[in-house]
Amino acid sequence: MSATAIRVRPRSTESGHPGPRRPRGRGLGLVAWLAGIVFFLPIAWMALTSFHSEEDAATNPPSFGAALTLDGYREFFGTGGGASPWPSLINSTVASLVSTLLVLLLALPAAYALSIRPVKKWTDVLFFFLSTKMLPVVAGLLPIYLFAKNTGMLDNIWLLVILYTSMNLPIAVWMMQSFLSEVPVAIIEAAQIDGAKLPTILARVVAPIALPGIAATALICFIFSWNELLFARVLTGVVAETAPVFLTGFITSQGLFLAKVCAASLVISLPVLAAGFAAQDKLVQGLSLGAVK
Amino acid sequence: MTATTTAPIAAPSVHTEKRPSGRMRAWATRAPLLPALIFMIAVTQLPFVATLVISFFDWNSLYPDARSFTGFGNYTEVLTDAALRKSVWTTILLTVTVVLASLILGLGLALLLDRKFRGRGVVRTLLIAPFLVVPVAAALLWKHVLYNPEYGLLNGLLHYVGGPQPDWISNTPLLAVEMSLIWQWTPFMMLILLAGLQSRDHQQIEAAKVDGAGPWQVFRYLTLPHLRRYLELGALLGSIYIVQNFDAVFTITSGGLGTANLPYTVYQSFYQAHENGLASAAGVLVVIGSIIIATFALRVVSSLFREEVGRA
Repeated sequence: MSATAIRVRPRSTESGHPGPRRPRGRGLGLVAWLAGIVFFLPIAWMALTSFHSEEDAATNPPSFGAALTLDGYREFFGTGGGASPWPSLINSTVASLVSTLLVLLLALPAAYALSIRPVKKWTDVLFFFLSTKMLPVVAGLLPIYLFAKNTGMLDNIWLLVILYTSMNLPIAVWMMQSFLSEVPVAIIEAAQIDGAKLPTILARVVAPIALPGIAATALICFIFSWNELLFARVLTGVVAETAPVFLTGFITSQGLFLAKVCAASLVISLPVLAAGFAAQDKLVQGLSLGAVK
Repeated sequence: MTATTTAPIAAPSVHTEKRPSGRMRAWATRAPLLPALIFMIAVTQLPFVATLVISFFDWNSLYPDARSFTGFGNYTEVLTDAALRKSVWTTILLTVTVVLASLILGLGLALLLDRKFRGRGVVRTLLIAPFLVVPVAAALLWKHVLYNPEYGLLNGLLHYVGGPQPDWISNTPLLAVEMSLIWQWTPFMMLILLAGLQSRDHQQIEAAKVDGAGPWQVFRYLTLPHLRRYLELGALLGSIYIVQNFDAVFTITSGGLGTANLPYTVYQSFYQAHENGLASAAGVLVVIGSIIIATFALRVVSSLFREEVGRA
């Protein structure tokens, strides 16, 4: 399997071959480090600023060594007056978790019918799923808005759950199709000869091999749902507001509020950063809809 | 990778035991697929059909009684309206700039990361991080914390070297939006290209080196041709996502200063101006643009897909 070769290679190199290094190679390593630091700098600065007081956050030149404080976080969580972010964080959690669960429930059987026991013309079906992902969100936004308005579903978190499920289902079907295909047919055959029934085969044979892939799929669906703004912005109001919509409250400046903005951005990005690093190995496969492994 | 395709091809042979009716068996095989298929058609295809229908009506939701059929009237209006035409141009400019810049930067970073050096895993993690910041949060970070003309980090750093103190968003609004998007999308391109680099045939490269090929020749004649499809895939997937970008435009400039792209214009024309017919026509135009990109994207994906079938 060439896929394993790819995934194993970086690991084996990290364990380090201390062999002779040419100076040019070391120079390029330094360049890579420099690039990494430049790209990470905004995030590092955001984290540092979130622990500064508002006065120290708004200086030019920047105060790198200013005293640290939790005031930004206290402000964000609403103890200093202002709206509490908790309802929006809870809404985002519900929308992301429930839609991810629904995606798994719908995508798992579909992927099974596209890989382990494929229907006729299974590639056509697979490409139909992919093509829906390429239809821009704005194309359906207005009818969905009108539908929600007329059925009283506006400002309802369950509408977002349904939309996020449709948004992530094609990605999940593609990813899981490729993960389930990695289950060797010979093992399934052997289990059948031994008299195992379908549920047993799924639970004992397929699940253990496909589980890391299923977990990665879930994490990626969670990230996309958590990040979504356009649907949430148009379809929710006070009750069902999600975390990204809460963040749009910071678009217009409100005096000295950099530490608060940084604290808010960091707290709301934290679940995505965590999920992303957890799924790091399979991130490419998910983002490229399974085309690259 | 090869396993992907062995299973589906070889699988039917497993289930050759006799069943009463062929038709029932076919439906039993299809059944697990149906919930997902029906769900997708209901939630994604039906609203689009509705958009298509609405786009032929003159319909402002503030005057619901004045709804009337106008044929292609909305399309002529969208295509002749100066502001809307500009948003089409802005969308193209934004997408092309961001995709090209992040592709080139991503290629450079992927080449750097394909080498062995101390702390490669750490650098890879640092580089992925920008992609894992919530898009609105990233846009806020650039708008307030980096671009702020008085105390933003960019001008703060310029201060040290005695540079100018520009007002980034007012002076170069589109570039400001593009920079934040390039920062977020470069890691995406890097990941795809890195996967491409690592799937190269290393024996072939060794053989070329033994035959006396220099690093540039290896890159030009072996690496680049191999990467071509990964570059295409990155460009197409990036285009599909960035054509639809709403978060950065909405957050950094609120569509002002000539940065309104099509998704923002669609949002504004029905959410604020209540012009349902016009918004739908603009939406259909976005779809036509996306279909053009998507046709190429599907072709690339399916060629990568078929290559794996062939390898199996």
